[in-house]
Amino acid sequence: MAFANCSRLAAILLFLPAAFAQSPAILTVAQPQKVVAKRNTDVTAKIDVSIAAGYHVNSNAPHEAYLIPLRLTWTLAPLTVEAVTFPKARDEKYSFSEEPLSVFTGNFDIATKFKVPADALSGPTILVGKLRYQACNNTMCFPPKTVEVKLPVDVQ
Amino acid sequence: MGDGRAAVKAGKDRKSAPDFELKDANGHTVRLSDYRGKVVLLDFWATWCGPCKIEIPWFQEFERENKDKGFAVLGVAMDEEGWDVVKPFAQHMNINYRLLIGNDSIADQFGGVDALPTTFLIDREGKIAAVHVGLSGKREFENGIRELL
Repeated sequence: MAFANCSRLAAILLFLPAAFAQSPAILTVAQPQKVVAKRNTDVTAKIDVSIAAGYHVNSNAPHEAYLIPLRLTWTLAPLTVEAVTFPKARDEKYSFSEEPLSVFTGNFDIATKFKVPADALSGPTILVGKLRYQACNNTMCFPPKTVEVKLPVDVQ
Repeated sequence: MGDGRAAVKAGKDRKSAPDFELKDANGHTVRLSDYRGKVVLLDFWATWCGPCKIEIPWFQEFERENKDKGFAVLGVAMDEEGWDVVKPFAQHMNINYRLLIGNDSIADQFGGVDALPTTFLIDREGKIAAVHVGLSGKREFENGIRELL
């Protein structure tokens, strides 16, 4: 193991410029506030997303099929997802694209409407969401990544 | 983007490129060491990478103009879905150079390639003469290739 670590370190030192390009924290999600979910009703939770200055992520509906969209998925129990609503995306022109791209930049919210079943067990729980994104700046792109979001829910 | 200057290192400052073994679109095993004696433009890219798409036509042109002079382009696609997405994309773009499917191990060997495109210019002795991280200028590549040929 120590040898493997040394080998990796040697490789990183050898090709330092590429190593420096390791993706920074481009997208961050604030810890969501606890939501109260009353049985047999709907409840909406928002997550606050921030994109670092100079970067963008593809929107949930990119114009080009080859681009990887922003996606938010949730573990289902004990609530069920009714709808995930993204903000209106912006069409931005970048030096590497002939046509404007549908992107999100800066700070924005993603809302999820949950249905609370009549037979949901009462009490506190945590819903786990996965936000998958693919980010670029004006000259380079980074592989798709997934951020985990933990939403505290109090079922009543 | 670049200013057109060749970013080729002096011979004494060049390190050997790690060898690798990957499959091409026809299932043939390709080793970087197979290309010893040639100048190689090794491009790490992906179908979802917009800046990579800008460089592809340049690399097609370099391949066309220099393949008889001991030059080759190798495109290492970092798409998780592999050939399922790379083959149709390559056909759509009419890519005329050899493509391979990369993996994290290869990326680690080359210093943890994460930002795409990342392109290495490798000299005839298999040593890395230049590294371009992100979208570079066409002239930078042209100057580098000319200097190495």
